[in-house]
Amino acid sequence: MKRYLALCCCVLGLLLNPALNPAFAEADQPHSVTSTEPSPEAVVGRSPKVQMLLIELTEKSLNKAVPVLEKLEQSGGEAMLPLFRTMLGGNLYFIKASRQVVALVETASGDAFADVFTGQALPDVAKKQTKKIRVNNRLRGYLRDAIARIQLSSSDPFAREKAVRNLLSELDQPTIEAIQSARVNEPNTAVQEMMDLALAMHKLTNAALAVDQLEAIEALSGSLESEVRNLLARVSESENYEPAVNKAAASALVKIQDKVEFYAFIDQLFFGLSLGSVLLLAAIGLAITFGVMGVINMAHGEMIMLGAYTTYVVQLMLPNHIEYSLWLAIPLAFIVSGLMGVLIERGVIRFLHGRPLETLLATFGISLILQQLVRTIFSPLNRQVASPEWMSGSIEINPVLSLTLNRLYILAFALLVFFLLQLILKKTSLGLNVRAVSQNRNMARAMGVRSDWVDAMTFGLGSGIAGIAGVALSQLTNVGPNLGQAYIIDSFMVVVFGGVGNLLGTLVAAFSLGIANKFLEPVTGAVLASILVLVFIILFIQKRPKGLFPQKGRAAE
Amino acid sequence: MSQSLSSIARFSASDLFKGKGQPGGRVAPFVVILLAVTVLASAANLLLPESSPFYVSTYTITLLGKYLSYAMLALAVDVIWGYCGILSLGHGAFFALGGYAMGVYLMRQIGDRGVYGHPELPDFMVFLDWSELPWYWLGMDQFWFAMLMVLAVPGLLAYIFGWLAFRSRVTGVYLSIMTQALTYALLLAFFRNEMGFGGNNGLTDFKDILGFDLQSDTTRVALFAITALMLALTFITSHWIMQSRLGKVVVAIRDGEARARFLGYRTDNFKVWLFVYSAMIAAIAGALYVPQVGIINPGEFSPINSIEIVIWVAVGGRGTLIGAIVGALLVNYAKTRFTAIMPDGWLFALGALFVLVTLFLPKGLVGVFSQLTERWFLMRNRSQVKNSSAEESDKPLSTGAQASAGVQTKEASV
Repeated sequence: MKRYLALCCCVLGLLLNPALNPAFAEADQPHSVTSTEPSPEAVVGRSPKVQMLLIELTEKSLNKAVPVLEKLEQSGGEAMLPLFRTMLGGNLYFIKASRQVVALVETASGDAFADVFTGQALPDVAKKQTKKIRVNNRLRGYLRDAIARIQLSSSDPFAREKAVRNLLSELDQPTIEAIQSARVNEPNTAVQEMMDLALAMHKLTNAALAVDQLEAIEALSGSLESEVRNLLARVSESENYEPAVNKAAASALVKIQDKVEFYAFIDQLFFGLSLGSVLLLAAIGLAITFGVMGVINMAHGEMIMLGAYTTYVVQLMLPNHIEYSLWLAIPLAFIVSGLMGVLIERGVIRFLHGRPLETLLATFGISLILQQLVRTIFSPLNRQVASPEWMSGSIEINPVLSLTLNRLYILAFALLVFFLLQLILKKTSLGLNVRAVSQNRNMARAMGVRSDWVDAMTFGLGSGIAGIAGVALSQLTNVGPNLGQAYIIDSFMVVVFGGVGNLLGTLVAAFSLGIANKFLEPVTGAVLASILVLVFIILFIQKRPKGLFPQKGRAAE
Repeated sequence: MSQSLSSIARFSASDLFKGKGQPGGRVAPFVVILLAVTVLASAANLLLPESSPFYVSTYTITLLGKYLSYAMLALAVDVIWGYCGILSLGHGAFFALGGYAMGVYLMRQIGDRGVYGHPELPDFMVFLDWSELPWYWLGMDQFWFAMLMVLAVPGLLAYIFGWLAFRSRVTGVYLSIMTQALTYALLLAFFRNEMGFGGNNGLTDFKDILGFDLQSDTTRVALFAITALMLALTFITSHWIMQSRLGKVVVAIRDGEARARFLGYRTDNFKVWLFVYSAMIAAIAGALYVPQVGIINPGEFSPINSIEIVIWVAVGGRGTLIGAIVGALLVNYAKTRFTAIMPDGWLFALGALFVLVTLFLPKGLVGVFSQLTERWFLMRNRSQVKNSSAEESDKPLSTGAQASAGVQTKEASV
């Protein structure tokens, strides 16, 4: 158990460190210029010299465009970035009549044109009036380098770092000189390191002396950039280098491979934890209704489904507030699913007390009804639930490891829900009553606990948590009538594996099953992995019928 | 010992035809009705012209055959759920495995008449670029071997699963969920193309069985008749087992497993073998089902199918055998009618059935029926016999109590 916690803490620590720099994720999105005031780009873009050059660009053939672009780069500087980016993407057009260059942008209603520099839409321009400015591979190469060079002098350190990284693939003399001169004044250490890397790569390929080459390899070892790996692989096999250099390169490469494997391991671990968090969310409500109350609720999956549909409906009602929709959906889903849970408990389960197999059948019937109800109301097709902006994207920790934000948030959310629930069960009077009734119903009643009321509240709580799980799941998968069914068996497995009546067991079981699944997947394939996990649990139950953490004492009977 | 053996023999022989005082005890009337309907329906299909008002279409014959194989499946569930208290939510798996064994045999009978015309490989294997049959397909072109596999594969799976589960005393809800996980795992496995059973599409496009064309009326009627015979046979056997001393122990296990164990019975052995027996009935049902409907695919493994079987038994009345059969026939007939009239309504109706039956009909239709007849008997006999009412009241629980009381005196070497 302690080992588990330590592992979790390690991973969390790893995750949270780069999370402090969310700008990493956004650095590669193009600047969108939407402000009404004329931006510097727009000002430069309208300067007569640039205008001249742009007109020249539309007239030149493919082969002669490079000198024009060079001039543009010199005179425009950073302001030319949008132009170069548009051109690189093949979206640069010009209007035949006025020879004004425009950008093709894809909008929801189809292709439209916009000003290259300001991004302002130009609704009057039709596609017929324009002609595409063609680019070939040579031009693309030049543009890429030019963008990188411009970004080297950018004021944003992340842009600078990215620029250096883009330059790694083509380190010719002028680029190296540019980097060297930029290195002198570079204040940011991350960018400095990246620049040193570029210089070392250059040194390794161009230095004459083996000593220098070895020194360069020393500097390169430990880097995860794919260019560095390629270069080292080339050097380790090349005959142009001395054997000692070959050997050093090979050993540096092995070191890097080890590191890459380590990060691949972390990546798998993350996906395992993510699956685990989903399982935890799905199972934790069940851990209350099944684990604490001893009621088999086969309609639990449908409570999850109701939560997910609540999210869908909230987004449908407030199409302009997707950003906040989740904050509204979470309490609403809790209420919807919780009320449904109370209804089921009062209407059906109450009468089947002490007959678990009958409860199972009746709740299964309820699950069929709920599924069909949703099918009738919302159609049997899957519904797409939008993710808010702040949940999309990913954190790039290094070139081989990036973590998607939505999974990260859901992991955190699952843990939060878990601890909140623990708190409710351990610290509130409701929790005290619930535990009392689950341990000895008759004694609790003798002490004046209204066991009927406690049953309904417990069931409502478990179902409400399932609804919250539905909100989280709607961010990962499509929302459909079968959403709940997909999770019900897994959830039961988690609860049974962790030990009935034990929330901590559920936590450990969810994460270990998630991680086991994800580590088996590359070896066996996804389907076989889940089969193996199921078989494992079946065998495990043989050995320890009461789960990982059995309840002790008479309450277990 | 010899005394107890003879008591088994006497009990079973007499009870087959009398069976009074036991729930669902009357075997002979049901078997007679079943066989009579079978003969009449077959004759009406084969002998009468299509214009006759009494003509039974081949479609109806196949539908009846399908219902009867479902009834067998329900019987299998009733044997372990009704009499031994093991709620299996995975009996569809044994049904489907039996069906797949039969399906593989039928696939081998297609020969080179498939779309790709390969002399040996079924179409889907040619499509997947396989060069030879997987080892587990070998020998399945022999009918006797395929029939052996119909029994052996599900039987073995049930034995392994049962041995593992019952030996470590997994009971109640845990066991139900385990069985559900079992069929779910098989569902996932059979969806894979690499499994060699046609993946998502399953096995279909069968041509003939033992040389008889599957599409012809006579083959269909014969299959229907065989299904009816097998149902009658399994019904009689199950009834005989349940009335024997073995059956008494099984009921004792249901009503008080710990007590039966303390009396010296190896309860896990009883449960394992009953589970295997039940799985084999389900497998036979599956093997009879597949040639009649003409397809077997992984959908048969889905957990909801297995749960549906349980509701058939619950509707009919569990622990009565006859109830399972009646329940399966009624619910499936309702399903056919319902899905034709309003397809969307069926799941509502099925769901409501689950809830209402568990809430208001814990003993099923047979329970209601026997309660009514009992009341009627009481009213009629009240003036004549005063004491008989105590013995007439027949409830599964009371028979269990009787049985466990009965075994207490016997020696513990079953």
